[in-house]
Amino acid sequence: MIHQFDTIIVGSGGAGLYAALEASRKSKTAVLSKLYPVRSHTGAAQGGISAALGNVEEDKPEWHAFDTVKGGDYLVDQQAANILAEEAVQAVYDLENRGLPFNRTPEGRIDQRRFGGHTRNFGEGPVRRACYAADRTGHMILQTLYQQCIKNEVSFFDEFQVVDLILNDTVCKGLVVVELATGELHIFAAKAVLFATGGFGRIFKITSNAYANTGDGPAVCARRGIPLEDMEFYQFHPTGIMGLGILISEAVRGEGGILRNRDGERFMERYSPTLLDLAPRDIVARSIQTEVFEGKGIRGDRKIDDYVHLDATHLGADVLAAKLPDITGFCKTYLGINPADKPIPVLPTAHYAMGGIPTDTDGRVLLDRDGTVVEGLYAAGECACVSVHGANRLGTNSLLDLVVFGRRAGLHIADYVKQAAVPAVDESASAESQAFISRLTDGAEGPHGGYITDEMQTTMMEKIGIYRNKKDMAAAVEEIKELRERYVTVRVQDTTKQFNTDLLELIELGNLLDLSLITAESALKRQESRGAHSRRDYPERDDDNWLKHTLAYLEGNEVRLDFKEVDTSIWEPKPRSY
Amino acid sequence: MQITIKIQRYNPDIDDAPHYQEYSVEIDPNARLLDALMDIKRFQDGSLGFRKSCAHGVCGSDAMRINGQDGLACKTLVKDVAVNDGDTVVVEPLRYLPVQRDLIVDQSEFFAKYKAIKPYLINDEEVAEKERIQSPEERLVFDDSTNCILCASCYSACPVSEEHPSFIGPAAIAQAFRFLADSRDKGAEERLLVLDAEDGVWPCQNHFKCTQACPRSILITKRINQTKRMIKDWKGEK
Repeated sequence: MIHQFDTIIVGSGGAGLYAALEASRKSKTAVLSKLYPVRSHTGAAQGGISAALGNVEEDKPEWHAFDTVKGGDYLVDQQAANILAEEAVQAVYDLENRGLPFNRTPEGRIDQRRFGGHTRNFGEGPVRRACYAADRTGHMILQTLYQQCIKNEVSFFDEFQVVDLILNDTVCKGLVVVELATGELHIFAAKAVLFATGGFGRIFKITSNAYANTGDGPAVCARRGIPLEDMEFYQFHPTGIMGLGILISEAVRGEGGILRNRDGERFMERYSPTLLDLAPRDIVARSIQTEVFEGKGIRGDRKIDDYVHLDATHLGADVLAAKLPDITGFCKTYLGINPADKPIPVLPTAHYAMGGIPTDTDGRVLLDRDGTVVEGLYAAGECACVSVHGANRLGTNSLLDLVVFGRRAGLHIADYVKQAAVPAVDESASAESQAFISRLTDGAEGPHGGYITDEMQTTMMEKIGIYRNKKDMAAAVEEIKELRERYVTVRVQDTTKQFNTDLLELIELGNLLDLSLITAESALKRQESRGAHSRRDYPERDDDNWLKHTLAYLEGNEVRLDFKEVDTSIWEPKPRSY
Repeated sequence: MQITIKIQRYNPDIDDAPHYQEYSVEIDPNARLLDALMDIKRFQDGSLGFRKSCAHGVCGSDAMRINGQDGLACKTLVKDVAVNDGDTVVVEPLRYLPVQRDLIVDQSEFFAKYKAIKPYLINDEEVAEKERIQSPEERLVFDDSTNCILCASCYSACPVSEEHPSFIGPAAIAQAFRFLADSRDKGAEERLLVLDAEDGVWPCQNHFKCTQACPRSILITKRINQTKRMIKDWKGEK
C-alpha cells in the first residue's frame, strides 16, 4: 500500500511532536510511531530543561552556550550551541504558555534549580538554570506537546515500525514501514521525512533507556549510506539504580544530594573542587568508577558492579516530596528504601548518545564532510547530531535540544515542502524490505534473537563502557561482527501476521547490532580521551590530531571513517577543569 | 525463585477464543514481573504478545491484569505477587477494551474518551508576561493529576464500566480536572458540557477501584468528586 504525504515524522517523542506541530500547520503531515502516543522515552526525562531565564538569579544565554561547549569538551559546534542557548528562553515560555505545569517561585514565575556543569559567568560556580516540573519534566513536555497535537488534529499512525528509507541519490522519497497490527508493509511517499526516533541505549546491558530505544532512524540511515557522527561518544549517567540502571535524576544532586564512598567520604571534592557533585556527567561517572576500582565502593570488592551511595537524607521528606517525588517512588518500589532515611545505592548507567545522524541547525541531514544536504531528509533529537553536545552532554540540554531543534526542523520542512516535487515511488521500493522480512519469517530453522541480544549487550557494556582500551575495543569489534553473522540466520518463532512483536524485536536487534558495530569501530579509532570517551591507553585530550568530528560509514561488515571540522569560532579550546 | 506464570493467550490468526498457557520461570523475587515476561519472550516463546517500553512505570505501555489487579508489569515486583516457590501468577489483558493479541488491547476507545474532554490548555488571551503567573499554591491544586501516564489501569479497574460501557471512565475525568483546576485555563464551560452528561461524571459511584489501581498514585476518585462539585457550582451560577 502506498500512502502519499507532504511530511512524515518518524517518532512521537519531544522532537517528533514539536516538528509535527510546526510542519502540520502548512503541510499534509503524519506522525509514524512504533509506540502508542505518550509512550515515548522523552517521558522518562526527569530533572529539567535549561534556559537562562534569570528567574531566581542572574543568568545569560552566553553563559549557557559556553557551559555547553566546555561541557562537551570542545567538540561542540559553537554556533549551534549559541542557537540552543538563545532559543531556549522563548522555547520554555512557549511550553509554559501551552500549559506545561512548571514548578513556581513564590512570585509565581517558573522556578529554576542547579544542574551539573551549568555555571554563572563562565565557570565561577553553579547557577540555577534548569526549569522543572517536579522530577517529571520530560513527562510534562511529552504530555503538553501531545495535548497540542490533539488540539491541532495532527494525524498519527500508531505502532508502525520503520524498516527502510527510500533514497534516490541525494533526494529522500519516503519510507518503508511495517504495521504491527497486520504485519503488512506500507510505503509512505513524502517530500520530507524527519527521523526523531530517539536513542539506542539498548546496545548496553545496564541502561536507563526504554526497550524501544533501539536507534531505528540512525540504523536505517546508516544502511542507506548516510554516515553517523561522533558515535564513540556515549554518555553514562552517573546515578542509575544499582543493578537495574533506572535513572536517578541529577536533580537529586541539584537539590543538594551528595555522593559518598564506603568511608562516607564526599569523594567528588577530590575530583572536582569547584562544582563537586555537580560536575558534568562524564567526570562524575569516571569518578564513581575510579572509586569502585580502588576498592572504595560500598562492597569494596573492586568489581565493575560495585556501587556508591547517593545521599539525599539531609534534604528532608518535604523537599523530596515536593521536588523529587518520582525518585522517591522509584526507590521505594525497586529498592524498598525511603531516600529520606537511607542513601540510594547507585552506579553509572548507559544513558545518552551524543552522536547520531549528522544535521545542520535546521535539522537537514548531511551526507559528508563537505556538508552535502540530503534533500528532504531531516533528523532531530537524540537520534541526530547537530552537534550541540559534543563529547559529553550537559544535563537538561537533551530536553532543550528536542524542543529547539524539533521546532527548527519542523519550520524548515514547512518551507521546503512548498517547493519540493511530489516524489514518484512505486511498489518496487519495498522489495528489499519484503525480502528481509520474508527471510526472518520463512519458517526455516534458525536461532532466536534472545541470546544474541544478551551477548551484544554484555560485550558493549564490558568493552565499550566508561573506561576503554585498544585490546577490549578491538575484541568488541570482532565479537559484534560475529554476532552480525549469526543474525543473518535468525528466524522468528512467531510466524503469524497480526501483532507479531517477535518480528519487531528482530528488526530492532538488527538495528542495535549495526549501531554497536559503528560505535565500537568509532571508539577504537579515536586515539585520545575526550568527554565521555576515556581511554586508558590515550588518557589525554589531543586537539592537534583529534579536534574533529567522526563520520562513520557502514559498508557491509566494515566501517569506514571520515572526519570533519569542529566549529570553534567563538571560544578557543582550553583544558577542561571544574 | 521458581514461579509459574499463567497467561491469557489469544492470536486472531489462529485462535477462536482466548485460552491460558502456563510458563515456568526462574526469577529473582526482587525482579519486575516484566522481567519475567521478557524472560519468557526471549528464551521460551517469542510468540507471546505484550507491550512494554520504559520498564520503570512512567510510559504506561505494560498495563495488564495481574492476579486480578490492574497495574503495570514493570512496577510490580515478583515478590509482591508470588510468595513461595511454585506459586502461580495469573496475567490477563486489561478489561473493557478489545483484545488484539494476548495481552495487547485496542486502546482507541480509551483515547477517544480522553480526547473528548479537550485535554489541552484552553486560553486564547495574549500572555502579558513571558510566562503566565501561577502561584505554587495554585499549581498544587492539580499537581497529582498531571502524573497521569494514560496507561488505562483505572479504566480496567472501574466496576461501573461493566454495567455502563459508554461511561467516559476515570482517567478522562481526572484529566478534565487537571485543566479545570488549572488557574490558567479558560475552558471550563466546554469541558463541563461533556462531563455533565449521562456518560460523563455521574455514573461514578465512588468504588475507589481507580484510585487503588493507579500506578501514579493519583487520588482519582477524589478528583472525580471535585469535578462533580464544580459542575454543581457551575450550574448553580447559571
